[in-house]
Amino acid sequence: MRNLLSGVVVNIKPSGIRKFFDIVSEMNDPEVISLGVGEPDFDTPWHIRDEGIYSLEKGRTFYTSNSGLMELRQEICNYLYRKQGITYDAAHEVLITVGGSEAIDIGLRALINPGDEVLIPQPSYVSYEPCAVLAGARPVIIDLKAENEFRLTAKELEDAITDKTKVLILPFPNNPTGAIMEKEDLEAIAEVVRKHDLIVMSDEIYGELTYKGKHVSVASLPGMKERTILINGFSKAYAMTGWRLGYACGPADIIQQMTKIHQFAIMCAPTTSQYAAVDALKNGDEDIAQMRTAYDQRRRYLLHAFKEMGLECFEPYGAFYVFPSIRQFGMTSDEFASRFLAEEKVAVVPGTAFGDSGEGFLRISYAYSLKNLKVAIGRLERFVQKLREEPS
Amino acid sequence: MNGNAMIYAAQAAEREERMREELLAVIENNSRIDLKELAVLLGAEEIDVVNEIAAMEAEGIICGYHTLINWEKTSIEKVTALIEVRVAPQRGQGFDSVAERIYKYPEVQSVYLISGGFDLMVILEGKTLREVSTFVSEKLSTLDAVLSTATHFILKKYKDHGCEIVQKKEDEREIITP
Repeated sequence: MRNLLSGVVVNIKPSGIRKFFDIVSEMNDPEVISLGVGEPDFDTPWHIRDEGIYSLEKGRTFYTSNSGLMELRQEICNYLYRKQGITYDAAHEVLITVGGSEAIDIGLRALINPGDEVLIPQPSYVSYEPCAVLAGARPVIIDLKAENEFRLTAKELEDAITDKTKVLILPFPNNPTGAIMEKEDLEAIAEVVRKHDLIVMSDEIYGELTYKGKHVSVASLPGMKERTILINGFSKAYAMTGWRLGYACGPADIIQQMTKIHQFAIMCAPTTSQYAAVDALKNGDEDIAQMRTAYDQRRRYLLHAFKEMGLECFEPYGAFYVFPSIRQFGMTSDEFASRFLAEEKVAVVPGTAFGDSGEGFLRISYAYSLKNLKVAIGRLERFVQKLREEPS
Repeated sequence: MNGNAMIYAAQAAEREERMREELLAVIENNSRIDLKELAVLLGAEEIDVVNEIAAMEAEGIICGYHTLINWEKTSIEKVTALIEVRVAPQRGQGFDSVAERIYKYPEVQSVYLISGGFDLMVILEGKTLREVSTFVSEKLSTLDAVLSTATHFILKKYKDHGCEIVQKKEDEREIITP
């Protein structure tokens, strides 16, 4: 058959993460320790699982409405008001999605006309660029800089804007860098966004995991709610990755069009997960606090260990990643990660898997027990020592 | 104190309280943690951590450092019993004096005053069933204030001190994910 496959899809380059995953899987070595996982090591808190089980026992095994359970949408509104002081209308401004990922995809598809430009700060999560391409947009990458602690500055944003720019993706707290944007940082960005009449897609999936004050949503700033799609979900905050549940909140006309795509492509998010999520929002604050404390301790442990072994790393205040620089060793991220895996059997992800500006960095996840981290850090120390003793 | 000094003092007290809370949460699960490492985890100075622990030992907040042992995996025989005890409170002393008479026995592990259908919950460890029942019939039941007892033997421990004893979970996550 001629033209079997879509040219657009074929031309999307495969994820750099996937490549590394394949190498590790092929090794099939029980000694390999992975620090490469982008999901919590905690189980979903039992009371949340129990609500899911209860909904199954009750036979709640049908579709929900396309937008999701009204009760859940209402709880999301309560939550966003409680945490951010933003008021959303549960009936028209909230859509329950299959993870935050779906919201990114259909949000872009609902906004983009051919040729529109989408600004994507990198390093960042792997799906923004392909989703923008699939939606027919031209992705425009903004390379974030280590000297700014990988925050987006108003100047960088301003420099990237053209008359075709329509959407800015704002991925903070950030995967893979752990960077956050504080209120002043966001205010500077918001000013540029309003001036150029852009729409912000704010991916706040790690919003509960910050270690320097509380997360501030860009949608809470004056004049921003009406031009922001706020994306969040249950995966990271409540350790619910496998439940596949997220949501988007935004202006009713955008949510309405997103709901249209969602309705035709997905129908509705998993019903069991939605019932469990209601309980997460009602009774989960204490669980989040406990997990956050554990992450923070590991974060401090890693930063301290890096300092001891002379590995440069800015202090990240969000998510569960640290992003140390390996530039001093004169290797690419890929070389470093490959050798580290081959010689010390520790899997970390090269920064370049999250964009070219990740070159010279590694993403190290601390969604692992301290016990695991200690073993891995011991190996890293040995490896770094060995590299320093090699003739250059 | 002027206004600012009071605010600073209040903030310092709050910080100390938070550090205590986090410190206790860590050592409750890992009392063998190295002090230097503990300081790193808490984002504090080692000397402050040492002082804080010493202070809490002196205040009787930290009462001991124990080890959680799964005796079933050893060749050492042990039986544990939970004994519900109904007692007649003593004039002027309530339950305290009878509780003391009970908790002074070294084989008694814990004694709690309980709300509800009985008064004291006594946790007892012995080598054999006979040893425990002898204690109950000869020592506990014969106390004047004790009205009745009900002894429950533990058959299997699933979880103890927050630690799941029966199953160890493997990391089932994919090895690398975005």
